[in-house]
Amino acid sequence: MKHMLKGNSVTVRYGSHTAVDDLSFTLEQGQWLMLVGPNGAGKSTLIEAIAQGVPYTGRIELEGRDARAYKPAQLARKVGVLSQRHSVNYAYTVEEVVQLGRYAHTRRLFGGGDDEGEERVEQALERTGLNGMRRASVLTLSGGELQRVFLAQLFAQAPQVLLLDEPANHLDLVYQKQIFSIIREWLAQPGRAVLSVVHDLSLARAYGTHAVLMHHGRCVSQGPLDGVLTPENLQQVYGMDVYGWMQSLLKKWQAP
Amino acid sequence: MKNERLSVRTCLLLILLLMGTMLLCVCVGSVFIPPLDTCTALWNTLWGLEVPAGISRNIILNIRLPRVLNVALVGAALSLSGAAMQGLLRNPLADGSTLGVSSGASLGAVAALAFGVTIPGSAYGGTMLMAMVCAFLSLLLILFLAYALDKSLATNSIILIGVIFSMFASSVISLIISFAGEKVRSITFWTMGSLSGTGYAHTRILFMAMVLCGGVILRCSRELNAFAIGEDNARHIGVNVRRVKLIVLVAVSVLIGISVSVSGSIGFVGLVVPHMTRMLAGPNHRRLLPASMFFGAIFLLLADLAARTVLSPIELPIGVITSLVGAAAFVAIFYHSRKAG
Repeated sequence: MKHMLKGNSVTVRYGSHTAVDDLSFTLEQGQWLMLVGPNGAGKSTLIEAIAQGVPYTGRIELEGRDARAYKPAQLARKVGVLSQRHSVNYAYTVEEVVQLGRYAHTRRLFGGGDDEGEERVEQALERTGLNGMRRASVLTLSGGELQRVFLAQLFAQAPQVLLLDEPANHLDLVYQKQIFSIIREWLAQPGRAVLSVVHDLSLARAYGTHAVLMHHGRCVSQGPLDGVLTPENLQQVYGMDVYGWMQSLLKKWQAP
Repeated sequence: MKNERLSVRTCLLLILLLMGTMLLCVCVGSVFIPPLDTCTALWNTLWGLEVPAGISRNIILNIRLPRVLNVALVGAALSLSGAAMQGLLRNPLADGSTLGVSSGASLGAVAALAFGVTIPGSAYGGTMLMAMVCAFLSLLLILFLAYALDKSLATNSIILIGVIFSMFASSVISLIISFAGEKVRSITFWTMGSLSGTGYAHTRILFMAMVLCGGVILRCSRELNAFAIGEDNARHIGVNVRRVKLIVLVAVSVLIGISVSVSGSIGFVGLVVPHMTRMLAGPNHRRLLPASMFFGAIFLLLADLAARTVLSPIELPIGVITSLVGAAAFVAIFYHSRKAG
């Protein structure tokens, strides 16, 4: 079977600083791969490299083809990115922002040509619970609502792989749970996969299937969740007993 | 997608408003011409008919009409460029001159005036040519510097280089002025902007630039929406960020360079008109860009009308009017909308 996403010796350097160091990973259909590790481990940089946002050496393959060979719109039809924060300057409506997700599916020259666009936008608004506020200006939304708007845009974009960079980091617990539950629902369809950076290990534990544990740009351990988030590994990376802490927090995601 | 564009009714309304303003501007001046006479003259000339005696054909067709057309085109070009730059750079303080190209064009024109560069048979030809050449050279220099600094053409480096280049060009202009002697008056007048004495030759160039570059910018509406929401987001949804940026910057520069070469530097239109339009039409560039063009044209037409009638027979520089009226109107609208919202 072809991997959905495969990284081979991916290295990203900012000047003399090596943010991601010789990292290899694979992502298969149906997996939710959690990138975990302390601040500055290179998790967000890896996401940006996959999205072709920063130059890297090594090779990233998307469905068996070099990711560099994809044109921006082609790439966007396969891979969607949700960033940690969004600052908006202009009073676009929720609907307008979500509609932009269809950009990669519309023909360049004469516009149009996107038959299922409207339906996808409707579904995305429905799925993220934004139907009631589609005419609202994005300037008036709270952080949690804004994050849902960009998640809806991502669903409208209809990629097969989601790259999430701490999608719920600054949100309240309720919103965090909401966002992760919506994504888990999305992942249930065949032919999809998620790669996300999370800070909160209990969150990784509750929603992930696999994990890559990073430290100083290098991979410390990877594979199914249980084999990665062990007390020994975590002790080595974080230098303290975060395992017990994670276990105690895990309950919050399992509550009804 | 649905209801993103201006409705047909709004478009017709804007066209009517523009036509009405243009008619007003052709009729009003040192000699008042009844609107009906103006219409007759235009209609008959258009169909190759004889214009009845008693109608000042010369004033209408050779003096006022070309000027009005040029004013409308320059207003539309400045306003469209401003709207595009504000979206592209995601900064409501940007306008067509942010990139520094208009300063470059001014520098060229001032140098032409000071050193007496002329083209035989055309009073303003030398100034215009020099302005265009310098606008183009500035664009090349600015893009080269921006690339050398940062291969990805980052927004911040573009703004920074644009501002620094503008300052550099302004100081060279000041330097030239301080050695210009008796030519200071004509140079100063030019730097404040004026469209008096422009003719159909200018109209043709402006019109061509507008069709080409304006068309390119209007075609980038969706991309500009994406940029206005955020450059990273634009990249993530599949916009070819670098290419679109380059295309829009070049199109804006050509428009600005040609406008400045025809009219001198006219401030404020590119900054304020898109702002006001955004308050009316919303930020979506599919509506904002065309609406900005109409409002820019109307705004500059009225400013030009004021420039040549308020203190008649003295003609004020149009840039003075746009900045005076524009600043006052902007403050009023801004405070009003802040209080309301």
